[in-house]
Amino acid sequence: MIQYLAEHGPGLIHWLILSNVLFAIGIYGLLSRRNAIGILMSVELMLNSAAMNAVVFNRFLTPRAVDGEILALFVIAVAAAEAVVALAIFVALFRNRSSIDVNRMDSLKG
Amino acid sequence: MTEPAGIVLKNAWLIPAIPLASFVLVGLVVRPLSRRLAGIVATAAIFVSAAMAWILAWEYFSATPHGEPTAVIPWTFEWLRYQTGLTVKLGVLVDPLSILLMVVVTTVSALVHLYSIGYMHDDEGSGRFFTWMNLFTFSMLGLVVAPNIVQMYVFWELVGVSSFLLIGYYYQKPSAVAASNKAFIVTRFADLGFMIGILILGFYGFRLFSELGDAGLQPFDFAFLTSPAVLERLATMHLGTCDISILTLSMVLVFMGAAGKSAMFPLHIWLPDAMEGPTPVSALIHAATMVVAGVYLVARLFAAFAASGTALMVVAYVGAFTCLFAAIIGLTQDDIKRVLAFSTLSQLGYMMFALGVATVGHPLGYTASMFHLFTHAFFKSLLFLAAGAVIHAVHTNNIWEMGGLVRKLPITHATFLVATLAIAGIWPLAGFFSKDEILGAALDGGHPVIFAVGLLVAGLTALYMFRIYFLTFWGKFRGMVTDPVHEVPALMRVPLVILAVASIVAGFVPMGRFVRIGEEHHAGINLAVAIPASILALIGIGLAWILYSADGRRAAQCTVRMGAFYTVIKQKFYIDEAYLFVTRRILFRFVARPIAWFDRHVVDGGVNLSGWIARTTGSVLRHLQTGQVQVYGVWFVGGALLVLLILWAGWR
Repeated sequence: MIQYLAEHGPGLIHWLILSNVLFAIGIYGLLSRRNAIGILMSVELMLNSAAMNAVVFNRFLTPRAVDGEILALFVIAVAAAEAVVALAIFVALFRNRSSIDVNRMDSLKG
Repeated sequence: MTEPAGIVLKNAWLIPAIPLASFVLVGLVVRPLSRRLAGIVATAAIFVSAAMAWILAWEYFSATPHGEPTAVIPWTFEWLRYQTGLTVKLGVLVDPLSILLMVVVTTVSALVHLYSIGYMHDDEGSGRFFTWMNLFTFSMLGLVVAPNIVQMYVFWELVGVSSFLLIGYYYQKPSAVAASNKAFIVTRFADLGFMIGILILGFYGFRLFSELGDAGLQPFDFAFLTSPAVLERLATMHLGTCDISILTLSMVLVFMGAAGKSAMFPLHIWLPDAMEGPTPVSALIHAATMVVAGVYLVARLFAAFAASGTALMVVAYVGAFTCLFAAIIGLTQDDIKRVLAFSTLSQLGYMMFALGVATVGHPLGYTASMFHLFTHAFFKSLLFLAAGAVIHAVHTNNIWEMGGLVRKLPITHATFLVATLAIAGIWPLAGFFSKDEILGAALDGGHPVIFAVGLLVAGLTALYMFRIYFLTFWGKFRGMVTDPVHEVPALMRVPLVILAVASIVAGFVPMGRFVRIGEEHHAGINLAVAIPASILALIGIGLAWILYSADGRRAAQCTVRMGAFYTVIKQKFYIDEAYLFVTRRILFRFVARPIAWFDRHVVDGGVNLSGWIARTTGSVLRHLQTGQVQVYGVWFVGGALLVLLILWAGWR
């Protein structure tokens, strides 16, 4: 496989596999991490995998257009903004409850 | 002939509208400010109405001195539109009958209002009292001027509501609450018949309307319902295979409503209990409003009743029976207002049977009935107001705790005596003329039994009225009250005196000129009737003097001798008990209780079941909501995967 890659360079399918792997790791982290920062990081992973999808499709299917790249830039910007909001919420949460363990944040339990 | 016209006639709608406006004004604005002012405003409004009613009568009758009376509808307003050609209008109907009633209602009501200012002087709630009194007067006026039966029914119920409010005025007294409920329920039960009658009339009337109606009328209008063509068709229609014509059926049902309001046997039981209200209310109910509504309804639909002979006979015999029945009970009651109540029943019986013995060809009874309604309004309201003055003075209703008031209450005594003589039918007071006319109508109409009953009751009337007169005003004072007995204040004397004058002169009103069917009737005294009736009345008075003058000692012996018979009469023939038996033992047990069981277990059960299902589902699903964001995430991802799976499966 190394040999193959060295000869051909990665193709569309390889990038998509990478992006899927990143997305799956993100979902796993989202559902299993107990630390809110970890969850945030998982969300970032998922966002990046989606952005990468956009770039990869752009690169391999319509190489002349730049729509995918622009979309990726937007995703990065949104992710940055989202991180700001999320971290601010975590700070506020920590001030109130001295913890950012999501398992303990169950005030909405029915 | 000329159409009657005049300023008041054109604006006749103001006569009921003024009490309505005053009701709103007094109830919402004046009453919270000052209850004194509330009484004055309310009274002033009714006086304005009364003045307008008299001017209206003058305008109308001076325009049509001898011609055939016409019905004028100066004001209408489309109120309900069911479909094209079937609308109900609110309106004001001006014809001799409605004018008579308007005059009576507003005049008596105005005087009763005036009297009430004095009577209710010390009552904290008198603002409320005057508000309801205005509503009562408005309702009755709306009923009287109704040009169609639907409007009449609406105001009919309004009269019922306002009487309920007034009878239950002392709402902290359980007996008053019971009495107001009784009045409401009994009359409502009767109104059920009235409503079914209206519906039957409306149903068949509408069917006939398309072929017989003309542009100016509506199916519910009295003018349409009493037109000969319609009546002829209704009288020949039959209900299925029964031998009863539609006309008879609907008229008997309508008469049931009239009997409820006018307290005819066997729906009379509410009226004696209605004494629980303040005395002016009794005067208003008994003289001007409420009870005469039934008589008025029969008179209004007289042509329809007459077209169905059976219905008219029902009216005549129910009236005559009530007349005698109530007079007999009236002989034994101890409560002064109750005696007056039974005398009202008896007099209403006169009015009813007078209508019943009249026919289109021989309409003297019709005039006589309205004449008696007119005169009775004055002397009966006077009797009640004077009785109110007596009660005001001695603080009891029981005639055995009164006595010897002739010196202490000279004006009350004089006016009460005038009214008593008037109701007993002594010449030349009002009751003599109207009763003479009624008895004459019964005799000429070929109803000897009814005539005999009427004659007998004339004697009984004199007996029971002079019984309370002697017990109240003569002999020694038998009461417990030690504080001095005062004559009523001047404000209350004025209406008493005015009504006394009216009771004297009302008999000379040539009613045969004003309210009639067909030819003008020249009222003359029918000596063949007048002499025996007067003799019987004098015998009644004499008997009352013998029995009750010496503080009723002779009467007490008489009572003992009569034994059980007396007890039965005194207990009003156990009619109330019979009602209680029927309602409690039969209706409640065998009808109401199963229905209540069904309601509680089946209907409520269904409702409870649906509630239980929702609650149980909720409590199961509740456990899904853990508050853990990650658990929700798992559900979300799982759901998304499931959707993807389904899409994938479908795509393949």
